[in-house]
Amino acid sequence: MQNTNVAYDSKVEGEIIVTQADAVINWIRKHSVWPMPMGLACCAIELMAAGASRFDISRFGMEVMRFSPRQADCMIVSGTVTYKMAEVIRRIYEQMAEPKWVVAMGACASTGGMYRSYATLQGVDRIIPVDVYVSGCPPRPEALLDAMIKLQDKIGRERSVKNLTARNAKPAKAENLALAGAGKES
Amino acid sequence: MGYDLLVDVTAVDWDAQSPRFTGIYHLLSTTKHEYLRIAADCADDINPSLPSLCEVFAAANWHERETYDLMGIHYDGHPDLRRILMWDEYPYHPLRKDFPLAGIEVPLPADDVAEATGATVLPAPMMGGPFVSSADGPMSQTEPSARDESWTEQKEKPTD
Repeated sequence: MQNTNVAYDSKVEGEIIVTQADAVINWIRKHSVWPMPMGLACCAIELMAAGASRFDISRFGMEVMRFSPRQADCMIVSGTVTYKMAEVIRRIYEQMAEPKWVVAMGACASTGGMYRSYATLQGVDRIIPVDVYVSGCPPRPEALLDAMIKLQDKIGRERSVKNLTARNAKPAKAENLALAGAGKES
Repeated sequence: MGYDLLVDVTAVDWDAQSPRFTGIYHLLSTTKHEYLRIAADCADDINPSLPSLCEVFAAANWHERETYDLMGIHYDGHPDLRRILMWDEYPYHPLRKDFPLAGIEVPLPADDVAEATGATVLPAPMMGGPFVSSADGPMSQTEPSARDESWTEQKEKPTD
């Protein structure tokens, strides 16, 4: 596949690389995703396995799991979201600094899964915008890694400069309402 | 008597019968290795109540909170009778027979989150469920399925 991000000819340009601001920003962002493990149920065990030596999420540059939302930019919602917990997840999501992404890991986080019940939120995308959904109950660590690589691809396609100027022009209230990843894609 | 371990506190909702609620206590003797199950009817069907066992068994504390939360039985003398699973403002007791399995629409516990997201606590889509196994025959042939598969939330029940 042709690399469209960088146009570089060492014979012509020497030590100068010509590229787009979006390409540079996205390149930086996608290769240092700092996930926040929102471990709520058995999916969190698979998430731990993805971080351990056999599957080794650090091969893809996202091993820095941060348990503080202020230091993370990708929330991995792994597990069943109850209505009681929904408030907490929303607040933690709001504390994460922009830009931020959300991975709904497993059937429960994506749709409520087998918990068709009075106590379970039927999909975390009802309260926070989700970028990547992972199927499985629970998903294998490979599936999570695949989702994270898909997220990297998605980050690579963002119009970061345009989003940044649009965000600064928009009042803060409207940003909160941008659900279902509407603000992420362009 | 020697029944020194409280294993479980739960309750039964007999629906239309009276007395409607029966409190159940499971006790174990750690010396004799014997179980004892005690059932106690609640006199009042509308506001059922039972005496708390917290003074006798410390283990009763959370069990009684759970039974209060899900069945609505008030335990007199409980030191801290709050809901333990559902949130404090939740208006129903979900394990009662008159509570639908899918749930009832109520507002989210947090007002600001409800306002920002427009989300409410909705009845879950049952898709023709609950899904039960007939349990007669090998497990491979008795997968859980809906008793009436002619309708789901997407496809309305046929009327004849």
